[in-house]
Amino acid sequence: MDFGQIFNLTLGEAIGVFTAAYALCALGLAMHFGYTGLLNFGQAGFAALGAYGYSVATLTFGWNMWGSLLFGMLCAAAFALILGIPTLRLRADYLAIVTIAAAQTLYYLFSNSQFANVTGGSNGLSQFGTDFYGANPIPEGRYNLGIITLSQDEIWIRIVAWGLVIIVALLLVVLTRSPWGRTLKGIREDEDAVRSLGKNVFAYKMQSLVLGGVIGSLGGMVFVMASQTNQPSTWVSNFTFMTWTVLLLGGAATILGPVVGSAVFFMFLMLTQGVLEGLVNIGALPFLSIAQVGQIRYLLVGVFLMVLVIFRPQGFFGNKKEMQFNG
Amino acid sequence: MTFAKPFLMAISKGMLLKVNKQETATLPMLAASPDTEVGLSHPYARLTRGWAAAIAAIGLAFAVLLGAAPQAHAADNSDQSTWQYSIAGTLKQNGKPIKGVDITAVDGSFSNKATSDDFGSWTIPVPKPGIYNVTLDTKTLPAGFKVDNANLQADLSQVSFAAVLFRFAGQTVQTESFSDQLTQRIFAGLNFGLLLAMAAIGISLIFGTTGLSNFAHGEMVTLGALMTWLFHVVAGMNMIVAGVLAVIVVAGFGWLQDAALWRPLRKRRTGLNQMMIVSIGFSIVARYVLLLLFNGDTKDIAGGGNAIDIGPIKTSDVTLIGMVISVITLAGVALFLTRTRVGKATRAVSDNPALASATGIDVERIIRIVWIAAATVTGVAGVLYGLEFQANWLTGFDILLMLFAAVTLGGLGTALGATVGALIIGMVVEVSTLFIPNELKYAAALVILIVILIARPQGVLGKKQRLG
Repeated sequence: MDFGQIFNLTLGEAIGVFTAAYALCALGLAMHFGYTGLLNFGQAGFAALGAYGYSVATLTFGWNMWGSLLFGMLCAAAFALILGIPTLRLRADYLAIVTIAAAQTLYYLFSNSQFANVTGGSNGLSQFGTDFYGANPIPEGRYNLGIITLSQDEIWIRIVAWGLVIIVALLLVVLTRSPWGRTLKGIREDEDAVRSLGKNVFAYKMQSLVLGGVIGSLGGMVFVMASQTNQPSTWVSNFTFMTWTVLLLGGAATILGPVVGSAVFFMFLMLTQGVLEGLVNIGALPFLSIAQVGQIRYLLVGVFLMVLVIFRPQGFFGNKKEMQFNG
Repeated sequence: MTFAKPFLMAISKGMLLKVNKQETATLPMLAASPDTEVGLSHPYARLTRGWAAAIAAIGLAFAVLLGAAPQAHAADNSDQSTWQYSIAGTLKQNGKPIKGVDITAVDGSFSNKATSDDFGSWTIPVPKPGIYNVTLDTKTLPAGFKVDNANLQADLSQVSFAAVLFRFAGQTVQTESFSDQLTQRIFAGLNFGLLLAMAAIGISLIFGTTGLSNFAHGEMVTLGALMTWLFHVVAGMNMIVAGVLAVIVVAGFGWLQDAALWRPLRKRRTGLNQMMIVSIGFSIVARYVLLLLFNGDTKDIAGGGNAIDIGPIKTSDVTLIGMVISVITLAGVALFLTRTRVGKATRAVSDNPALASATGIDVERIIRIVWIAAATVTGVAGVLYGLEFQANWLTGFDILLMLFAAVTLGGLGTALGATVGALIIGMVVEVSTLFIPNELKYAAALVILIVILIARPQGVLGKKQRLG
């Protein structure tokens, strides 16, 4: 077993593209759940709309990078509006069921063969990043960054992805400390109290849902841009559950939490994957096959989620008083 | 029986033996954590006794698995036996198998070929995980056959078996009149609705008494179906005995879940939303444990049964018996809730736990009974679902959202509402296939759910107070 390689791969995950994508989705979810108390279980749907919005705009409409980016964000915002109008008046667990149902409906639609000429059906879409990678200022070549060696495109997507994470995180810091953010926290703590102060709770919740959804759509775009492939099977509820795990790991009502949570989560997954695969390869775990190692990763996600929510619902950075899971 | 029945090959591979150890390693680790929390303040003896029984039950399940494993192992003796992965399917047009067709699986530089046999079946063993492009050689197709799409994909990145279905022209052509089709769909919808109703009542009972929206409920359906497969197909038991045993296993699982996980969480006064997320985590764990134990392939249990035609309705003896059992089970639940002392106590707890407790009802005992009862009806649903359709590790998870849709439609927490909701959802799912593509039928049900929630947020039979 090559511990050096496992170690390097694990460290590489800390700045990985998927890590950044999940961090973005989890930041959106922090807006929804951490700051507003909305139980959104359809983050995969928002991310999918970002990804499909971008790739369809590029491939079908022939739009450029900025147009496609905007279209992806608009799709997510529209989804948030459509979803929010009937559900934001409902109790939290209804919202959870409806959001997960809506996200799953999107998955059925995207993977359906009827719309394959636009969405690519179950094969999805690919090669939509020409414009994005064309904008890459880094000269062609392989760059040794100490622990990992990356191509110019791999560095470019990482710079953009983490740049987005930083911009969104800073935006959220400003927003959550503003009067608007304090109202949201008030809604999370006691909706009726905020309503009695004359605030339009529904409008605030809707703004939060749209904003968090648009942030999630950015995560979706980053996710598919890494390899320029957008497959519908990415956007199943497991994506949402992993985002929740990332969020709860770091702390739901924090900004740094989702970012660090994502890095720690993916480093942990890579580490367990590397070690388990190494053990299987040297024959130390005769009852497991390499494919099953991948399955155990997901099993660990479930265990992680349970243990976190039971024993440390506030995550790494959260404040227990702020993390009550009302209800 | 026209309910999207995929012509899959049920391949039983010798994975059971290999993964047993994994199960032993994961389950106690998972369940032990809440236990330590409760032990400090509450009846230790009771818990310990519970645990001893639980361990004995798990041990028994393993004994069965171990006993069954060599039989399953014998089935796996293909030439490339060192290759653990395979892609397979069956070529059929209008029920007639197509033989002698070449199919190739390609991933990068690797490629392997197979030819369909007399039954139209083909299997391609492959050496490693990956996403394979599977191509049907149209030149080898006999005259008169036309494949819709000769290039498909098999995703073996997570599982070790994938079924690939080539669809042939003419397969979906309907010659029946619209009214016949409608009758047929309504019948299928009724059947699916009855199956959903049993599992939905399970969710509803648990929600009513504990307030938990249990996302791990689908796994009880899966467990029921896969256990029937294990007892009937692998261990070779009589179908009825296998079904009854499977229901008992699921009931035991329900009791175990409550004793090891939910009861300790209630004792900790864990919030309901928090418990809901725990149930999501638990559902992931349970699903992947089932995947490790049973593999990812789809298992055919009853082989479709014997065909029976009633007027325009094409069905099978298995389906008809299944419907009768569903109706009896649902009636049983209704009688239990309205006529028995425990049933009345259950409804009292659903209505107001504090008041029920004050009138001398042992709320914890009722909740324990509810968990076992809910698991039992859900287990019956799982067994019947597995017998009428097929089962794999995702069976329950696939219909979980339908169950929630049913429960939400009817109004969260009422058993009658869940039944009505399930019948509506079952009908919508089946009848919608007359107008929209088959793959979108679940989407139709979810859209209906969202639409009804706009018009009547408390559900068809729900009370206004359930709104937030």
